[in-house]
Amino acid sequence: MRLTLGQREALWAYLFLAIPLAFFFYFRLFPAFQALWLSLFEWHADPSARKFVGLAHYHQLLEDAVFRKALLNTFLYTLLGVPAQIFLGLALALLLQRTPIARDFFRAVYFAPYVTPAVAVAWVWSWMLSPHFGLVNEVLLLLGLPPQPFLQSPSQALPTVTWVVVWQNLGFQIVLFLAGLESIPRQYYEAARIDGAEGWRLFRHITWPLLNPVLVFSAVIGTIGYLQLFTQVVNLNFTDQGGPLNSTLTLALYIYQLAFLRFQLGYAAAVTAILFALILIITLIQLKLLSRKVEL
Amino acid sequence: MKRRKRFGDFLALLLLALGGVVMVFPFVWMVLTSLKPFPEIFQLRFLPQEPTLENYRQVLWETGFLRWFWNSLLVATITTLSVLFFDSLAGYTLARLRFPGKGPVFLLILSTLMVPTEMLVIPWYVLSAEKGWINTYWGLLFPGLMTAFGVFLMRQFFLALPQDLFDAARMDGLSEFGVFWRIGLPLVRPALAALGIFTFLGNWNAFLWPLIVVQTPDMRTIPVGIALFSGEAGTAWNLIMAASSLAVLPVLLVFLFFQRQIIEGVVLTGVKG
Amino acid sequence: MLKRLLLAGLFSSISLGLAQTTTITYWQYDFKSKVEAINELIRRFEAQNPGIKVIHQTFPYDAYQQKVASAIPAGQGPDVVNLYYGWAPTWVKAGYLAPLPADWVKELDQEFVAMAQAAKVGGKLYGVPTAVRSLALFYNKDLFRQAGLSNPPRTWEEFIAIGQKLTLKQGGRFVQIGYGIAPDGQDHHLVREVLVRQFGGRPYSEDGRRVLYLSEPGIRALTFYTDWVRKHEIGVPGFFPGNNGYRDGFIAGRIGMIIDGSFAIGTIQQGARFNWGVAELPVERPGGRKANFGSFWMHGLTPLATGAKREAALKFLAFITSEEAQRYWLEKVGELPARKALVRDPKLSLHPVYGPFILSLGYAKATPFVDESAQRKVMVDAINRVLLQGMDPAQSLKLAADEEQKVLDQFWR
Repeated sequence: MRLTLGQREALWAYLFLAIPLAFFFYFRLFPAFQALWLSLFEWHADPSARKFVGLAHYHQLLEDAVFRKALLNTFLYTLLGVPAQIFLGLALALLLQRTPIARDFFRAVYFAPYVTPAVAVAWVWSWMLSPHFGLVNEVLLLLGLPPQPFLQSPSQALPTVTWVVVWQNLGFQIVLFLAGLESIPRQYYEAARIDGAEGWRLFRHITWPLLNPVLVFSAVIGTIGYLQLFTQVVNLNFTDQGGPLNSTLTLALYIYQLAFLRFQLGYAAAVTAILFALILIITLIQLKLLSRKVEL
Repeated sequence: MKRRKRFGDFLALLLLALGGVVMVFPFVWMVLTSLKPFPEIFQLRFLPQEPTLENYRQVLWETGFLRWFWNSLLVATITTLSVLFFDSLAGYTLARLRFPGKGPVFLLILSTLMVPTEMLVIPWYVLSAEKGWINTYWGLLFPGLMTAFGVFLMRQFFLALPQDLFDAARMDGLSEFGVFWRIGLPLVRPALAALGIFTFLGNWNAFLWPLIVVQTPDMRTIPVGIALFSGEAGTAWNLIMAASSLAVLPVLLVFLFFQRQIIEGVVLTGVKG
Repeated sequence: MLKRLLLAGLFSSISLGLAQTTTITYWQYDFKSKVEAINELIRRFEAQNPGIKVIHQTFPYDAYQQKVASAIPAGQGPDVVNLYYGWAPTWVKAGYLAPLPADWVKELDQEFVAMAQAAKVGGKLYGVPTAVRSLALFYNKDLFRQAGLSNPPRTWEEFIAIGQKLTLKQGGRFVQIGYGIAPDGQDHHLVREVLVRQFGGRPYSEDGRRVLYLSEPGIRALTFYTDWVRKHEIGVPGFFPGNNGYRDGFIAGRIGMIIDGSFAIGTIQQGARFNWGVAELPVERPGGRKANFGSFWMHGLTPLATGAKREAALKFLAFITSEEAQRYWLEKVGELPARKALVRDPKLSLHPVYGPFILSLGYAKATPFVDESAQRKVMVDAINRVLLQGMDPAQSLKLAADEEQKVLDQFWR
């Protein structure tokens, strides 16, 4: 029985995907489902003592002011952080490509924050941003500006944390964009130059469109990352997690607190389900809007 | 003409240098702090007054740091190799092969990124307990062997390649796997290098799952070990900074190695029309 | 033939011996002196109980609860577990702790310091402590001397006056403060358990199910505390950077006084390069009501300890909370013993560092938290609303009381 070309290709595709799909099903999808299933129960260490409560946790969420705050904060982080990270990352990647000397050195320097352990990053920044002893405020004072409370202020804490996250992720973003930029074959630039294009026009007509796959990736992964922001939020206000008056609290941190500090895994699972739905919807919209097939 | 380019270069350099200071400053501070004795941590001086290697000595010889280092290295290396292979294979398939169900499969894989690890930890632990994976290398390894992040990344880079290349290769008689291995992979080297860096680093700094699955001191990884330096009554920042500085070294090496791969770039040859 | 019989005999006696060994697991968070102390106690215990083997495992303090939360449902956790007393009700409700035998309650009531009562949840006992802690005033003797002061404050009035003398500003910014304000440090305990009581009120009802601090003494307590920042300017929140900045700032010699727990003694000893002293918490007026917040880590039993393991675990529990063990613990770890008999030791009360803590054990109360994480946040937020948003203390306290009552109601549902 002879298979068509198309059928043969499909068979190869399934073969290649067999192990990865099996892995994802067994180690990620199924456990995720198990975790979300917990949201319908009152948690207990003894599985037989877990009471089925249906949608009770979800009803509770509707009246939970802390949940609402975490939701709002999570959106703010994403709206602030993703564009900042992409814009700065791209600008820096372009600068790095263009700089005449010490390219390796600069690349290492810009990557340093990304490899610095989160605990050390948080400690150093909380010192730099200290209202009374921090370097940042010293600089502000030198410029004649009033010192700022930064992490101590319910209104400034969130943007401050966003800045630290963007700062740390720039290394990641730059490496990504450099890979993307270096993947654009030089021939395209040469051909365009022969046609008389240069500078901004090269960027607009060659670089930007050909970077689309990387840009889509950055936007989607960046958004998924910010919607699950956790580490820096925890480390920057460790003794008052979630910041003064919950001003930096994210959904992921709230889930963690509910599950591991208050042992309310059922309720935490409900918040997780909401977060999951949010991420799914936003990602679908992004993929729809941002992806473009590039024909040359 | 040339002057404008030179000025542009100079401006680029200046901006990079200024930005570079902001980037590297905390890293430098971390290393400087690692050279200070404990009481000096609280003094508000940048440079150590009595620099000492005592913290490093303590970290290396009096804690399990060398063991943590070995465990982290083993796990991160194996995971990275696994991810590089399987994620690029899956990414290639999703980008370049035609088959029914492509869209939903991609979404399915992507959706595995949408449940935070915090919630997966408990089902994983129960599974590990059932299978006897607690406190084993396999237990540390399994969650990270393949990632949707990598599949997505490789898919994007494979998408950007022209179809003709692959058709030509098939016509030349290469098997499907050969097309992937001999034609596709070399063309996405920058992406592979980037993925290598990200995966290695992500694994190197992973905290929550290694914390949960490890029971005994000899199986601890670096982040779990470093967490031991803080307690109810305070944090030994001098030791944390020393351990962190040591922990950064392999990652920097991995970065320096892989980034060469990124920078080498890609040249398409023999493309027709 | 004979050899075979001998071997068979050897094997069966070995296996008989092995069959009689019960192995139990003990978990605590990793702290060097505590780890060494428990190892020694295990050694002594195993010598006295040849049929029992104890496996000792430790985990980072910051992630301790996560470990327990994941392990026990998977049947993989400890038999005996060390936990902060305030976590007990949450753990009990979620099924992570098993009650201790009823006849243990009598010994706790008679032999242990008053705060140990907080180890009971719903009338049943869930843990026993080896050591306890309370709060005291740490002060920088060198800064005192520089400002012409000699003695630590005995009343709050003296406290404020001293605080003002020790606060220095330079160009509008604080460079040194008299008191290390830290709502997320020990200050929320200070307001809730110390000031409210000193001013004649009580934070909760006897059964712990109702919030009672929304009262005249309660409002006064919050107002009084926040006035330290807003009126008297003896301190400011977040003065020194980092977590536990109040303690770090004290160690750096930039803060004249802090209120901290006895668990901080080790860190302060290691880091401070000046003369420091400890004093009992000030009171409202000479002879006024004393109050203190006591807390403790206790050892409890998990549902995993059944049958022979439960028996072995109870034996181990009794051993590590015995008088002998507590005496050893004080020596090795430097933590105050939980038994009244040891606390009465006159030498301890006169000790320059331990003394003020020991004296407070007679009247220190442990807040009966049911959801420690949430309830702590309630009071921290109550303080922060006043300090960071300028809200009126009475209004802020009302919000806190409502929030906390909801938490309590939900727990006891």
